[in-house]
Amino acid sequence: MDLASLTIHVLHDKLVSGEVSAMALTEAVLTRLEAVEERLHAYITVTPELARQQAAAADEAFARGEVRSPLQGIPLAIKDNICTQGVRTTCASRILANFTPPYDATVIQCLRSAGAVFVGKANMDEFAMGSSTENSAFGPTRNPWGDLGYIPGGSSGGPAAAVAADACIAALGSDTGGSIRLPAAMTGVVGLKPTYGRVSRFGLVAFASSLDQIGPLTKDVRDAALLLQAIAGHDAHDSTSGNVPVPDYSQELERGVRTLKLGVPREYFVAGMDAEVEQAVRAGIETLRGLGAELVDVSLPHTRYAVATYYILANAEASSNLARYDGVRYGVRTPQTTNLLDMYMRTRAEGFGAEVKRRIMLGTYALSTGYYDAYYKKAQQLRTLFRQDFHQVFTQCDALLAPVSPTAAFRLGERLDDPLQMYLADVCTIPVNLAGLPAMSLPCGFTRQQLPIGLQMIAPPFRETTLLQVAAAFEAATDFHTHKPPLWMGCDA
Amino acid sequence: MLISDTQVEHVARLARLALSAEEKQRFTEQLNAILSYMEQLNEVSTEGVEPTAHVLDLVNVLRDDTVSQTLNADTALSNAPETAHHFFVVPRIVE
Repeated sequence: MDLASLTIHVLHDKLVSGEVSAMALTEAVLTRLEAVEERLHAYITVTPELARQQAAAADEAFARGEVRSPLQGIPLAIKDNICTQGVRTTCASRILANFTPPYDATVIQCLRSAGAVFVGKANMDEFAMGSSTENSAFGPTRNPWGDLGYIPGGSSGGPAAAVAADACIAALGSDTGGSIRLPAAMTGVVGLKPTYGRVSRFGLVAFASSLDQIGPLTKDVRDAALLLQAIAGHDAHDSTSGNVPVPDYSQELERGVRTLKLGVPREYFVAGMDAEVEQAVRAGIETLRGLGAELVDVSLPHTRYAVATYYILANAEASSNLARYDGVRYGVRTPQTTNLLDMYMRTRAEGFGAEVKRRIMLGTYALSTGYYDAYYKKAQQLRTLFRQDFHQVFTQCDALLAPVSPTAAFRLGERLDDPLQMYLADVCTIPVNLAGLPAMSLPCGFTRQQLPIGLQMIAPPFRETTLLQVAAAFEAATDFHTHKPPLWMGCDA
Repeated sequence: MLISDTQVEHVARLARLALSAEEKQRFTEQLNAILSYMEQLNEVSTEGVEPTAHVLDLVNVLRDDTVSQTLNADTALSNAPETAHHFFVVPRIVE
Protein backbone atom coordinates (compact mmCIF):
# COMPACT_ATOMS: atom_id res chain seq x y z
CA MET A 1 0.00 0.00 0.00
CA ASP A 2 1.28 3.44 -0.87
CA LEU A 3 0.80 5.65 2.16
CA ALA A 4 1.56 8.88 0.27
CA SER A 5 -1.50 8.39 -1.93
CA LEU A 6 -3.97 8.26 0.96
CA THR A 7 -6.17 10.97 2.46
CA ILE A 8 -5.92 12.68 5.84
CA HIS A 9 -8.98 10.92 7.22
CA VAL A 10 -7.91 7.43 6.08
CA LEU A 11 -4.40 7.97 7.44
CA HIS A 12 -5.72 9.37 10.70
CA ASP A 13 -7.50 6.10 11.44
CA LYS A 14 -4.31 4.16 10.71
CA LEU A 15 -2.22 6.49 12.88
CA VAL A 16 -4.64 6.27 15.79
CA SER A 17 -4.88 2.47 15.60
CA GLY A 18 -1.09 2.22 15.44
CA GLU A 19 -1.19 0.44 12.07
CA VAL A 20 1.07 3.18 10.67
CA SER A 21 3.49 5.50 12.44
CA ALA A 22 3.80 9.19 11.61
CA MET A 23 7.48 8.54 10.89
CA ALA A 24 6.75 5.78 8.38
CA LEU A 25 4.16 7.99 6.73
CA THR A 26 6.54 10.95 6.61
CA GLU A 27 9.30 8.79 5.11
CA ALA A 28 6.86 7.50 2.49
CA VAL A 29 5.90 11.04 1.53
CA LEU A 30 9.53 12.23 1.46
CA THR A 31 10.48 9.27 -0.74
CA ARG A 32 7.66 10.03 -3.14
CA LEU A 33 8.51 13.72 -3.10
CA GLU A 34 12.12 12.94 -3.99
CA ALA A 35 11.06 10.59 -6.77
CA VAL A 36 8.82 13.12 -8.52
CA GLU A 37 10.32 16.48 -7.59
CA GLU A 38 12.94 16.58 -10.32
CA ARG A 39 10.18 16.34 -12.93
CA LEU A 40 7.58 18.51 -11.20
CA HIS A 41 9.44 21.18 -9.26
CA ALA A 42 6.51 21.56 -6.88
CA TYR A 43 8.69 22.83 -4.02
CA ILE A 44 11.03 25.74 -3.43
CA THR A 45 12.34 24.43 -0.10
CA VAL A 46 12.02 20.85 1.16
CA THR A 47 12.32 20.41 4.95
CA PRO A 48 13.02 16.70 5.63
CA GLU A 49 14.72 17.31 9.00
CA LEU A 50 11.86 19.44 10.33
CA ALA A 51 9.37 16.86 9.00
CA ARG A 52 11.16 14.00 10.80
CA GLN A 53 11.27 15.98 14.06
CA GLN A 54 7.57 16.74 13.84
CA ALA A 55 6.77 13.12 12.92
CA ALA A 56 8.74 11.89 15.93
CA ALA A 57 6.85 14.32 18.18
CA ALA A 58 3.54 13.14 16.69
CA ASP A 59 4.46 9.49 17.32
CA GLU A 60 5.39 10.28 20.93
CA ALA A 61 2.00 11.93 21.37
CA PHE A 62 0.21 8.93 19.83
CA ALA A 63 2.20 6.65 22.16
CA ARG A 64 0.92 8.67 25.13
CA GLY A 65 -2.60 8.22 23.80
CA GLU A 66 -2.75 11.90 22.97
CA VAL A 67 -4.63 12.75 19.76
CA ARG A 68 -4.85 16.50 19.39
CA SER A 69 -6.44 16.66 15.94
CA PRO A 70 -7.03 14.72 12.72
CA LEU A 71 -3.89 16.41 11.37
CA GLN A 72 -1.53 14.94 13.95
CA GLY A 73 1.34 13.30 12.07
CA ILE A 74 0.00 14.30 8.62
CA PRO A 75 2.65 15.58 6.13
CA LEU A 76 1.61 18.87 4.55
CA ALA A 77 3.00 21.29 1.94
CA ILE A 78 2.76 25.02 2.59
CA LYS A 79 2.66 27.63 -0.15
CA ASP A 80 5.80 29.72 0.04
CA ASN A 81 4.00 32.98 0.80
CA ILE A 82 2.94 31.77 4.26
CA CYS A 83 5.51 32.63 6.94
CA THR A 84 7.15 29.72 8.73
CA GLN A 85 9.44 30.59 11.59
CA GLY A 86 12.97 29.42 10.85
CA VAL A 87 12.11 28.14 7.36
CA ARG A 88 12.93 30.33 4.36
CA THR A 89 9.82 31.97 2.88
CA THR A 90 10.52 33.42 -0.56
CA CYS A 91 7.18 34.16 -2.22
CA ALA A 92 9.01 32.74 -5.27
CA SER A 93 10.78 36.09 -5.56
CA ARG A 94 14.46 36.94 -5.84
CA ILE A 95 13.82 39.85 -3.49
CA LEU A 96 12.93 37.45 -0.65
CA ALA A 97 15.32 34.66 -1.66
CA ASN A 98 17.15 34.92 1.69
CA PHE A 99 14.19 35.74 3.96
CA THR A 100 13.71 33.55 7.04
CA PRO A 101 10.64 34.71 8.96
CA PRO A 102 11.16 35.39 12.66
CA TYR A 103 7.57 34.33 13.36
CA ASP A 104 4.85 31.92 12.22
CA ALA A 105 1.71 32.82 10.34
CA THR A 106 -1.35 32.14 12.50
CA VAL A 107 -2.37 29.23 10.25
CA ILE A 108 1.08 27.71 10.78
CA GLN A 109 0.70 28.02 14.54
CA CYS A 110 -2.69 26.31 14.22
CA LEU A 111 -1.14 23.46 12.26
CA ARG A 112 1.81 23.14 14.64
CA SER A 113 -0.48 22.85 17.62
CA ALA A 114 -2.59 20.34 15.67
CA GLY A 115 0.57 18.21 15.43
CA ALA A 116 0.97 18.42 11.63
CA VAL A 117 4.21 17.67 9.77
CA PHE A 118 5.70 20.18 7.27
CA VAL A 119 7.51 18.59 4.34
CA GLY A 120 8.24 21.82 2.50
CA LYS A 121 7.42 25.20 1.08
CA ALA A 122 5.67 24.90 -2.28
CA ASN A 123 6.26 26.81 -5.49
CA MET A 124 4.00 29.59 -6.75
CA ASP A 125 3.86 32.58 -9.06
CA GLU A 126 6.02 35.36 -7.64
CA PHE A 127 4.01 37.13 -4.91
CA ALA A 128 1.03 35.00 -6.03
CA MET A 129 0.75 37.03 -9.23
CA GLY A 130 -0.09 34.67 -12.01
CA SER A 131 -2.30 31.88 -13.25
CA SER A 132 0.31 29.32 -14.29
CA THR A 133 3.18 29.23 -11.71
CA GLU A 134 5.50 30.24 -14.56
CA ASN A 135 6.23 33.54 -12.79
CA SER A 136 8.32 31.85 -10.10
CA ALA A 137 11.87 33.18 -9.83
CA PHE A 138 12.89 29.58 -9.10
CA GLY A 139 11.41 28.11 -12.29
CA PRO A 140 7.96 26.78 -13.16
CA THR A 141 6.10 23.82 -11.68
CA ARG A 142 4.87 21.22 -14.15
CA ASN A 143 1.42 19.73 -14.15
CA PRO A 144 1.70 16.04 -13.19
CA TRP A 145 -1.08 15.34 -15.72
CA GLY A 146 -0.55 15.15 -19.47
CA ASP A 147 2.97 14.89 -20.84
CA LEU A 148 4.59 17.18 -18.22
CA GLY A 149 4.44 19.98 -20.78
CA TYR A 150 1.45 21.70 -19.17
CA ILE A 151 1.22 24.39 -16.52
CA PRO A 152 -0.43 23.37 -13.21
CA GLY A 153 -2.46 26.57 -12.98
CA GLY A 154 -1.58 29.30 -10.52
CA SER A 155 -0.68 30.87 -8.42
CA SER A 156 -0.76 27.90 -5.96
CA GLY A 157 0.60 25.58 -8.66
CA GLY A 158 3.23 24.03 -6.37
CA PRO A 159 0.80 23.03 -3.59
CA ALA A 160 -1.71 21.70 -6.16
CA ALA A 161 0.87 19.67 -8.10
CA ALA A 162 2.31 18.30 -4.84
CA VAL A 163 -1.14 17.10 -3.72
CA ALA A 164 -1.96 15.65 -7.16
CA ALA A 165 1.36 13.78 -7.37
CA ASP A 166 1.24 12.51 -3.76
CA ALA A 167 4.30 14.60 -2.86
CA CYS A 168 2.34 15.58 0.28
CA ILE A 169 -0.97 14.52 1.81
CA ALA A 170 -2.58 17.96 1.65
CA ALA A 171 -1.50 21.59 1.32
CA LEU A 172 -2.27 25.18 2.15
CA GLY A 173 -2.52 27.70 -0.66
CA SER A 174 -3.81 31.23 -0.99
CA ASP A 175 -6.47 32.64 -3.30
CA THR A 176 -6.64 36.30 -4.34
CA GLY A 177 -8.37 35.90 -7.72
CA GLY A 178 -8.57 32.12 -8.11
CA SER A 179 -5.13 30.99 -6.99
CA ILE A 180 -6.42 27.96 -5.07
CA ARG A 181 -9.33 26.99 -7.33
CA LEU A 182 -7.59 27.35 -10.70
CA PRO A 183 -4.61 25.06 -9.90
CA ALA A 184 -6.93 22.66 -8.05
CA ALA A 185 -9.07 22.38 -11.21
CA MET A 186 -6.06 22.01 -13.50
CA THR A 187 -4.39 19.30 -11.40
CA GLY A 188 -7.56 17.40 -10.44
CA VAL A 189 -7.58 18.04 -6.69
CA VAL A 190 -10.05 19.68 -4.29
CA GLY A 191 -9.45 23.37 -3.57
CA LEU A 192 -11.39 25.50 -1.09
CA LYS A 193 -11.26 29.28 -0.96
CA PRO A 194 -12.91 30.29 2.33
CA THR A 195 -15.00 33.41 2.94
CA TYR A 196 -12.95 36.61 3.24
CA GLY A 197 -12.35 36.83 6.99
CA ARG A 198 -12.85 33.13 7.75
CA VAL A 199 -9.12 32.36 8.06
CA SER A 200 -6.50 34.68 9.55
CA ARG A 201 -4.04 36.18 7.07
CA PHE A 202 -1.53 37.12 9.76
CA GLY A 203 1.79 35.97 8.32
CA LEU A 204 0.50 35.59 4.77
CA VAL A 205 2.69 37.84 2.64
CA ALA A 206 0.25 40.48 1.42
CA PHE A 207 -0.61 40.77 -2.27
CA ALA A 208 -4.07 42.39 -2.41
CA SER A 209 -5.28 42.74 1.14
CA SER A 210 -8.98 43.16 0.41
CA LEU A 211 -9.00 39.90 -1.58
CA ASP A 212 -6.33 37.51 -0.20
CA GLN A 213 -7.49 34.39 1.63
CA ILE A 214 -5.72 31.18 2.75
CA GLY A 215 -7.33 27.79 2.12
CA PRO A 216 -6.79 24.04 1.72
CA LEU A 217 -5.86 21.91 -1.32
CA THR A 218 -6.67 18.26 -0.67
CA LYS A 219 -7.30 14.85 -2.21
CA ASP A 220 -10.96 14.77 -1.25
CA VAL A 221 -13.78 16.82 0.26
CA ARG A 222 -13.58 15.40 3.77
CA ASP A 223 -9.92 16.38 3.92
CA ALA A 224 -10.82 19.92 2.88
CA ALA A 225 -13.28 20.06 5.78
CA LEU A 226 -10.64 18.79 8.22
CA LEU A 227 -7.93 21.19 7.10
CA LEU A 228 -10.32 24.17 7.08
CA GLN A 229 -11.42 23.21 10.58
CA ALA A 230 -7.83 23.50 11.79
CA ILE A 231 -7.24 27.01 10.44
CA ALA A 232 -10.64 28.77 10.58
CA GLY A 233 -11.51 31.31 13.23
CA HIS A 234 -10.96 34.78 14.58
CA ASP A 235 -7.42 35.99 15.24
CA ALA A 236 -6.53 39.05 17.26
CA HIS A 237 -3.52 39.50 14.97
CA ASP A 238 -5.76 39.94 11.91
CA SER A 239 -8.44 42.55 12.45
CA THR A 240 -10.13 41.50 9.18
CA SER A 241 -10.75 37.99 10.47
CA GLY A 242 -14.42 37.53 11.27
CA ASN A 243 -15.65 37.00 14.79
CA VAL A 244 -18.11 34.38 13.55
CA PRO A 245 -18.52 30.97 15.24
CA VAL A 246 -16.72 28.14 13.42
CA PRO A 247 -19.12 25.26 12.69
CA ASP A 248 -18.16 21.59 12.57
CA TYR A 249 -17.28 21.33 8.89
CA SER A 250 -17.45 17.54 8.78
CA GLN A 251 -20.96 17.50 10.22
CA GLU A 252 -22.99 18.02 7.07
CA LEU A 253 -20.94 16.02 4.61
CA GLU A 254 -23.54 13.30 4.34
CA ARG A 255 -26.69 15.40 4.23
CA GLY A 256 -27.06 15.19 0.44
CA VAL A 257 -28.50 17.87 -1.84
CA ARG A 258 -32.20 17.02 -1.92
CA THR A 259 -33.21 20.11 0.00
CA LEU A 260 -30.97 22.46 -1.97
CA LYS A 261 -31.58 24.86 -4.81
CA LEU A 262 -28.47 25.28 -6.94
CA GLY A 263 -28.11 28.20 -9.34
CA VAL A 264 -26.36 27.99 -12.69
CA PRO A 265 -25.14 31.48 -13.69
CA ARG A 266 -25.43 31.65 -17.48
CA GLU A 267 -22.69 34.29 -17.86
CA TYR A 268 -20.05 31.86 -16.54
CA PHE A 269 -20.33 29.78 -19.68
CA VAL A 270 -18.32 32.40 -21.53
CA ALA A 271 -17.80 32.69 -25.26
CA GLY A 272 -14.65 30.87 -26.28
CA MET A 273 -15.06 28.29 -23.56
CA ASP A 274 -13.49 24.95 -24.40
CA ALA A 275 -16.19 22.49 -25.54
CA GLU A 276 -14.82 19.58 -23.50
CA VAL A 277 -14.71 21.73 -20.37
CA GLU A 278 -18.26 22.94 -20.88
CA GLN A 279 -19.46 19.39 -21.45
CA ALA A 280 -17.82 18.08 -18.27
CA VAL A 281 -19.12 20.98 -16.16
CA ARG A 282 -22.66 20.60 -17.52
CA ALA A 283 -22.49 16.85 -16.90
CA GLY A 284 -21.40 17.59 -13.32
CA ILE A 285 -24.37 19.89 -12.86
CA GLU A 286 -26.66 17.14 -14.20
CA THR A 287 -25.13 14.72 -11.68
CA LEU A 288 -26.25 17.02 -8.87
CA ARG A 289 -29.71 17.30 -10.40
CA GLY A 290 -29.79 13.49 -10.46
CA LEU A 291 -28.94 13.50 -6.75
CA GLY A 292 -32.05 15.53 -6.05
CA ALA A 293 -30.91 19.16 -6.17
CA GLU A 294 -33.24 21.63 -7.80
CA LEU A 295 -31.46 23.64 -10.49
CA VAL A 296 -32.29 27.25 -11.27
CA ASP A 297 -31.02 29.36 -14.12
CA VAL A 298 -29.61 32.61 -12.71
CA SER A 299 -27.85 35.69 -14.00
CA LEU A 300 -24.80 37.57 -12.73
CA PRO A 301 -24.92 40.37 -15.27
CA HIS A 302 -21.61 42.08 -14.50
CA THR A 303 -19.45 38.96 -14.93
CA ARG A 304 -17.84 40.18 -18.15
CA TYR A 305 -16.32 43.14 -16.29
CA ALA A 306 -14.69 40.97 -13.62
CA VAL A 307 -11.22 40.73 -15.13
CA ALA A 308 -10.89 44.47 -15.74
CA THR A 309 -12.24 45.33 -12.28
CA TYR A 310 -10.01 42.84 -10.53
CA TYR A 311 -6.78 43.77 -12.30
CA ILE A 312 -7.26 47.41 -11.34
CA LEU A 313 -8.07 46.73 -7.68
CA ALA A 314 -5.61 43.89 -7.08
CA ASN A 315 -2.74 45.72 -8.76
CA ALA A 316 -3.48 48.97 -6.96
CA GLU A 317 -3.35 47.15 -3.63
CA ALA A 318 -0.25 45.23 -4.73
CA SER A 319 1.61 48.38 -5.71
CA SER A 320 1.02 49.68 -2.21
CA ASN A 321 1.76 46.39 -0.40
CA LEU A 322 4.97 45.76 -2.32
CA ALA A 323 6.36 49.20 -1.50
CA ARG A 324 7.81 47.58 1.62
CA TYR A 325 10.46 45.73 -0.42
CA ASP A 326 13.06 48.44 -0.32
CA GLY A 327 16.23 46.59 0.62
CA VAL A 328 16.32 48.08 4.11
CA ARG A 329 14.77 45.77 6.70
CA TYR A 330 14.75 42.36 5.00
CA GLY A 331 15.18 40.81 1.60
CA VAL A 332 17.91 41.21 -0.96
CA ARG A 333 19.64 44.57 -1.45
CA THR A 334 21.53 45.48 -4.61
CA PRO A 335 25.09 46.31 -3.52
CA GLN A 336 27.16 49.32 -4.52
CA THR A 337 24.47 51.88 -5.14
CA THR A 338 25.18 55.60 -5.15
CA ASN A 339 22.44 56.89 -2.87
CA LEU A 340 19.22 55.83 -1.15
CA LEU A 341 16.91 56.41 -4.13
CA ASP A 342 19.29 54.57 -6.43
CA MET A 343 19.41 51.71 -3.91
CA TYR A 344 15.60 51.48 -3.82
CA MET A 345 15.23 51.63 -7.58
CA ARG A 346 17.91 49.09 -8.42
CA THR A 347 17.05 46.72 -5.58
CA ARG A 348 13.44 46.59 -6.77
CA ALA A 349 14.43 46.41 -10.45
CA GLU A 350 16.69 43.43 -9.79
CA GLY A 351 14.55 41.81 -7.11
CA PHE A 352 11.18 41.68 -8.88
CA GLY A 353 10.30 39.64 -11.97
CA ALA A 354 8.56 40.98 -15.08
CA GLU A 355 4.95 40.23 -14.05
CA VAL A 356 5.38 41.77 -10.60
CA LYS A 357 6.88 44.91 -12.12
CA ARG A 358 4.09 45.09 -14.69
CA ARG A 359 1.47 44.88 -11.94
CA ILE A 360 3.21 47.41 -9.72
CA MET A 361 3.31 49.75 -12.72
CA LEU A 362 -0.38 49.25 -13.49
CA GLY A 363 -1.38 49.68 -9.86
CA THR A 364 0.76 52.76 -9.37
CA TYR A 365 -0.71 54.28 -12.52
CA ALA A 366 -4.28 53.50 -11.43
CA LEU A 367 -3.66 55.23 -8.10
CA SER A 368 -1.74 58.20 -9.47
CA THR A 369 -3.00 61.77 -9.55
CA GLY A 370 -5.47 62.33 -12.35
CA TYR A 371 -6.27 58.63 -12.93
CA TYR A 372 -7.58 57.57 -9.52
CA ASP A 373 -11.25 58.27 -10.29
CA ALA A 374 -11.15 56.82 -13.79
CA TYR A 375 -9.63 53.51 -12.71
CA TYR A 376 -9.51 52.81 -8.98
CA LYS A 377 -12.75 54.44 -7.90
CA LYS A 378 -14.58 53.14 -10.96
CA ALA A 379 -13.40 49.59 -10.18
CA GLN A 380 -14.47 49.95 -6.54
CA GLN A 381 -17.94 50.97 -7.74
CA LEU A 382 -18.05 47.94 -10.05
CA ARG A 383 -17.13 45.88 -7.02
CA THR A 384 -20.31 47.05 -5.32
CA LEU A 385 -22.29 45.90 -8.37
CA PHE A 386 -20.65 42.44 -8.18
CA ARG A 387 -21.68 42.16 -4.55
CA GLN A 388 -25.22 43.17 -5.43
CA ASP A 389 -25.35 40.59 -8.24
CA PHE A 390 -24.44 37.80 -5.82
CA HIS A 391 -26.72 39.11 -3.10
CA GLN A 392 -29.57 38.99 -5.61
CA VAL A 393 -28.90 35.41 -6.83
CA PHE A 394 -28.55 34.08 -3.31
CA THR A 395 -32.16 35.05 -2.69
CA GLN A 396 -33.00 32.50 -5.39
CA CYS A 397 -30.66 29.62 -4.53
CA ASP A 398 -28.39 28.13 -1.83
CA ALA A 399 -25.23 27.88 -3.91
CA LEU A 400 -23.97 28.31 -7.47
CA LEU A 401 -22.46 25.81 -9.90
CA ALA A 402 -20.06 27.01 -12.57
CA PRO A 403 -16.82 26.24 -14.39
CA VAL A 404 -13.56 27.14 -12.63
CA SER A 405 -11.86 28.17 -15.84
CA PRO A 406 -12.89 28.32 -19.50
CA THR A 407 -10.11 25.87 -20.42
CA ALA A 408 -8.11 23.02 -18.97
CA ALA A 409 -4.37 23.48 -18.35
CA PHE A 410 -2.48 25.15 -21.19
CA ARG A 411 1.06 24.50 -22.38
CA LEU A 412 4.09 25.95 -20.61
CA GLY A 413 5.06 29.20 -22.32
CA GLU A 414 1.82 29.44 -24.30
CA ARG A 415 0.51 32.63 -22.68
CA LEU A 416 3.68 34.09 -21.21
CA ASP A 417 4.03 36.84 -23.81
CA ASP A 418 0.39 37.85 -23.61
CA PRO A 419 -0.46 38.98 -20.07
CA LEU A 420 -4.05 39.83 -20.98
CA GLN A 421 -4.70 36.31 -22.31
CA MET A 422 -3.24 34.94 -19.07
CA TYR A 423 -5.55 37.17 -17.01
CA LEU A 424 -8.62 35.83 -18.83
CA ALA A 425 -8.05 32.38 -17.27
CA ASP A 426 -9.43 33.93 -14.08
CA VAL A 427 -12.76 35.21 -15.41
CA CYS A 428 -14.86 32.62 -13.51
CA THR A 429 -12.95 32.77 -10.23
CA ILE A 430 -12.37 36.51 -9.75
CA PRO A 431 -15.98 37.59 -8.99
CA VAL A 432 -15.92 35.38 -5.88
CA ASN A 433 -12.95 37.29 -4.46
CA LEU A 434 -14.46 40.66 -5.32
CA ALA A 435 -17.54 39.69 -3.29
CA GLY A 436 -15.57 37.91 -0.53
CA LEU A 437 -17.45 34.62 -0.95
CA PRO A 438 -16.42 31.03 -0.22
CA ALA A 439 -15.96 28.72 -3.23
CA MET A 440 -14.59 25.31 -4.10
CA SER A 441 -13.13 23.51 -7.07
CA LEU A 442 -13.88 19.81 -7.48
CA PRO A 443 -12.60 17.37 -10.10
CA CYS A 444 -15.45 16.76 -12.60
CA GLY A 445 -13.83 15.19 -15.65
CA PHE A 446 -10.91 14.98 -18.03
CA THR A 447 -10.17 16.21 -21.53
CA ARG A 448 -9.09 13.82 -24.28
CA GLN A 449 -5.48 14.74 -23.38
CA GLN A 450 -6.19 13.46 -19.88
CA LEU A 451 -6.13 16.94 -18.35
CA PRO A 452 -8.40 17.47 -15.33
CA ILE A 453 -11.46 19.73 -15.40
CA GLY A 454 -12.90 21.50 -12.36
CA LEU A 455 -16.46 22.22 -11.24
CA GLN A 456 -16.80 25.37 -9.16
CA MET A 457 -19.27 25.77 -6.30
CA ILE A 458 -19.93 29.19 -4.78
CA ALA A 459 -21.88 29.94 -1.58
CA PRO A 460 -22.97 32.98 0.45
CA PRO A 461 -20.53 34.36 3.06
CA PHE A 462 -19.62 31.92 5.85
CA ARG A 463 -21.61 29.12 4.20
CA GLU A 464 -18.64 26.79 3.74
CA THR A 465 -20.89 24.09 5.21
CA THR A 466 -23.17 24.35 2.16
CA LEU A 467 -20.20 24.09 -0.20
CA LEU A 468 -18.91 21.02 1.59
CA GLN A 469 -22.37 19.47 1.64
CA VAL A 470 -22.78 19.84 -2.14
CA ALA A 471 -19.19 18.83 -2.82
CA ALA A 472 -19.41 15.70 -0.67
CA ALA A 473 -22.60 14.62 -2.43
CA PHE A 474 -20.99 15.14 -5.83
CA GLU A 475 -17.84 13.30 -4.82
CA ALA A 476 -19.77 10.35 -3.41
CA ALA A 477 -21.53 9.94 -6.76
CA THR A 478 -18.41 10.24 -8.95
CA ASP A 479 -14.86 8.85 -9.04
CA PHE A 480 -12.89 11.69 -10.67
CA HIS A 481 -11.08 12.45 -7.42
CA THR A 482 -9.68 8.90 -7.28
CA HIS A 483 -7.82 9.17 -10.60
CA LYS A 484 -4.06 9.54 -10.32
CA PRO A 485 -1.85 11.31 -12.88
CA PRO A 486 0.26 9.10 -15.17
CA LEU A 487 3.36 10.46 -13.45
CA TRP A 488 2.23 8.61 -10.38
CA MET A 489 2.60 5.28 -12.16
CA GLY A 490 6.30 4.90 -12.91
CA CYS A 491 7.74 6.09 -9.62
CA ASP A 492 6.78 3.73 -6.86
CA ALA A 493 7.97 4.70 -3.45
CA MET B 1 -2.17 55.66 -26.71
CA LEU B 2 -3.59 55.61 -23.20
CA ILE B 3 -0.17 55.80 -21.60
CA SER B 4 2.93 57.31 -23.25
CA ASP B 5 6.51 56.26 -22.70
CA THR B 6 7.10 59.47 -20.74
CA GLN B 7 4.23 58.53 -18.43
CA VAL B 8 5.66 55.03 -18.07
CA GLU B 9 8.93 56.59 -16.95
CA HIS B 10 7.10 58.81 -14.48
CA VAL B 11 5.13 55.86 -13.05
CA ALA B 12 8.31 53.77 -12.79
CA ARG B 13 9.89 56.52 -10.74
CA LEU B 14 6.82 56.74 -8.48
CA ALA B 15 7.02 52.96 -8.06
CA ARG B 16 10.78 53.09 -7.38
CA LEU B 17 11.61 50.79 -10.28
CA ALA B 18 14.70 51.35 -12.43
CA LEU B 19 13.53 50.08 -15.84
CA SER B 20 15.81 49.28 -18.76
CA ALA B 21 15.07 50.88 -22.15
CA GLU B 22 13.81 47.54 -23.40
CA GLU B 23 11.49 47.15 -20.36
CA LYS B 24 10.13 50.68 -20.83
CA GLN B 25 9.23 49.92 -24.42
CA ARG B 26 7.67 46.56 -23.62
CA PHE B 27 5.72 47.87 -20.62
CA THR B 28 4.43 50.82 -22.66
CA GLU B 29 3.00 48.39 -25.23
CA GLN B 30 1.62 45.94 -22.69
CA LEU B 31 0.17 48.58 -20.37
CA ASN B 32 -1.59 50.16 -23.33
CA ALA B 33 -3.13 46.82 -24.30
CA ILE B 34 -4.25 46.15 -20.72
CA LEU B 35 -5.58 49.68 -20.14
CA SER B 36 -7.58 49.63 -23.35
CA TYR B 37 -9.14 46.36 -22.20
CA MET B 38 -10.05 48.14 -18.95
CA GLU B 39 -11.79 50.89 -20.90
CA GLN B 40 -14.79 48.54 -21.13
CA LEU B 41 -15.67 49.51 -17.54
CA ASN B 42 -16.88 52.81 -18.97
CA GLU B 43 -19.81 50.92 -20.53
CA VAL B 44 -21.24 50.52 -17.04
CA SER B 45 -23.00 53.46 -15.45
CA THR B 46 -21.83 53.76 -11.85
CA GLU B 47 -23.46 57.06 -11.10
CA GLY B 48 -24.40 57.15 -7.43
CA VAL B 49 -22.91 53.69 -6.72
CA GLU B 50 -20.97 53.60 -3.46
CA PRO B 51 -17.44 52.23 -3.89
CA THR B 52 -16.52 49.00 -2.05
CA ALA B 53 -13.07 49.04 -0.45
CA HIS B 54 -13.55 45.65 1.19
CA VAL B 55 -16.48 43.38 1.89
CA LEU B 56 -16.52 43.49 5.66
CA ASP B 57 -18.70 45.81 7.71
CA LEU B 58 -15.75 46.76 9.88
CA VAL B 59 -14.92 50.32 10.79
CA ASN B 60 -12.36 50.58 13.56
CA VAL B 61 -11.11 47.47 15.29
CA LEU B 62 -9.67 48.32 18.68
CA ARG B 63 -7.82 46.20 21.18
CA ASP B 64 -6.96 46.68 24.83
CA ASP B 65 -3.80 48.67 25.42
CA THR B 66 -1.88 45.95 27.21
CA VAL B 67 1.75 44.91 27.23
CA SER B 68 2.45 41.79 25.17
CA GLN B 69 5.36 39.90 23.68
CA THR B 70 6.82 41.35 20.47
CA LEU B 71 9.94 40.68 18.42
CA ASN B 72 13.13 41.78 20.16
CA ALA B 73 15.64 43.99 18.35
CA ASP B 74 18.03 41.17 17.41
CA THR B 75 15.23 39.14 15.87
CA ALA B 76 13.74 42.13 14.09
CA LEU B 77 17.13 42.91 12.57
CA SER B 78 17.96 39.31 11.71
CA ASN B 79 16.94 39.62 8.05
CA ALA B 80 18.37 43.09 7.41
CA PRO B 81 20.97 43.43 4.62
CA GLU B 82 23.11 45.74 6.79
CA THR B 83 22.93 46.69 10.46
CA ALA B 84 25.04 48.50 13.04
CA HIS B 85 24.46 49.14 16.75
CA HIS B 86 20.89 47.80 16.57
CA PHE B 87 20.00 50.02 13.61
CA PHE B 88 19.24 49.38 9.95
CA VAL B 89 21.99 50.82 7.76
CA VAL B 90 21.15 52.51 4.44
CA PRO B 91 23.35 54.33 1.90
CA ARG B 92 24.40 57.81 2.96
CA ILE B 93 21.55 60.34 2.66
CA VAL B 94 23.22 63.52 3.95
CA GLU B 95 26.65 64.56 2.68
